[in-house]
Amino acid sequence: MPVRTHEPDEHDNAYAELLTDDARWAFGTDFEDPLAGVDTTVPDGVDPATLATYCLMLGDDALVLSQRLAQWCSNAPDLEEDIAFANIALDLLGQARLLLARAAAADGRQVPALPAGSPVPDEDRLAFFRDGPQVRNVRLAEIDDADFAQAVARVLLFSTWRLELFTDLTRSRDAVLAAVAAKGVKELTYHRDVAGRWFVVLARGTEESRRRLVAGLETVWPYRDELFATHAVERAAAQAGFGVDPAGVEARVEAVLDQVLDAADLARPDVRPRAGVQGQAGRDGRHTEALSLLLAEMQSVARAHPEGRW
Amino acid sequence: MSGVVEQVTQQVLERAREAASAVVDPELPVLTLADLGVLRGVTLDDDGVVAVAITPTYSGCPAMATMRDDLVRELAAAGIEARVRVVLDPAWTTDWITPSGRAALAAAGISPPGPAPRRTGPVPLRLGPPRRAVRCPLCGSPDVEVTSEFGSTACKALYRCRTCLEPFDHVKEI
Repeated sequence: MPVRTHEPDEHDNAYAELLTDDARWAFGTDFEDPLAGVDTTVPDGVDPATLATYCLMLGDDALVLSQRLAQWCSNAPDLEEDIAFANIALDLLGQARLLLARAAAADGRQVPALPAGSPVPDEDRLAFFRDGPQVRNVRLAEIDDADFAQAVARVLLFSTWRLELFTDLTRSRDAVLAAVAAKGVKELTYHRDVAGRWFVVLARGTEESRRRLVAGLETVWPYRDELFATHAVERAAAQAGFGVDPAGVEARVEAVLDQVLDAADLARPDVRPRAGVQGQAGRDGRHTEALSLLLAEMQSVARAHPEGRW
Repeated sequence: MSGVVEQVTQQVLERAREAASAVVDPELPVLTLADLGVLRGVTLDDDGVVAVAITPTYSGCPAMATMRDDLVRELAAAGIEARVRVVLDPAWTTDWITPSGRAALAAAGISPPGPAPRRTGPVPLRLGPPRRAVRCPLCGSPDVEVTSEFGSTACKALYRCRTCLEPFDHVKEI
């Protein structure tokens, strides 16, 4: 007589219902290409690999800072700022998703390979299956936040820089990059305004809030120079007319930061830039230890289930 | 003969537009996608499939996949096979919310957006509180204060009315 193995009744399985075609489950069960229907043809005279790497740089900046800001969920000083950081993180995640998808569409060779039949879309492969040395964000995006004041100082510096980059990127020869930038400009405008207002409030608040803000600013400021150090890929992208040389936006970024520092009655920090390793920094995949911990948290679930459906 | 084909095509498109226009926003169900200005076009592809173009409100809008699914399902219910395309350019602006959309927002207790900033070139820094002419959608009082620039969705700020003391959402101008 055959041994009868226990076959669980489908009704007993709490997960069975989740695997139906209910389009409303978790905002749809199928995550389609965020660029579906968008013309992703690489413009004439543009090297696809350079375009993809450049998109990864801008995408990784947003992805990594988005993850950092998400860590403020339920930890911000009050509910409003909790929501503010979550919203900023969501905007950056959206920018990252489009930029990583654009990178994949330009040069599929840079997308990590997964077992055949894996349902993981290209932008998720790029986000979850690259190791630190392949991740190209500036180090400013990855460092830990010691407290809320440091988080404010970082978002101010980052969004001021990225807003100027994106303002110029709206004239990119790559129509996808130009469109992502045009949308991003609107979002970065209020990220910068929110950070700027908090910066002034903390600087002019109590002795303790000012002390913390100054300490936070001194912690993030050593990563400032890296923002304007032109990487070979950025130079090539700018020369080909689809990217922006970050050195070219430095004066505008300085002008805005000076405005905020003036309002905060603060001088620029007198701290040394954080050196890279043999002239290499975040854009080359040379990161601080903070990134490994961040990636471990962000990637471990996806890596444990490379064929998982979400 | 081609005149007949043309006529049938127009009828299909007309029905497709009608069905697509009735689909509501998953996060603001008082608005249709047409009211929100997210629905950018309904056309016919060469293979005879209807193509619906939508644009995201914000880069990270988590409702895009739901909108896509809802559009395909509603058009299928109307007997029309459809595919959905994303359009990124030009970027969505709250100026595209229709007058009927604004009325629907106000009726739902959500303050509709004022005119979006239009600019070219450098974006000026704004360190003061945002300047908006917002009225309480519940009692109509102009005496309101912002409690948070961010709300339950990316597109809204939180306000409080100083007259009737009720909190309310305001759709931010972008």
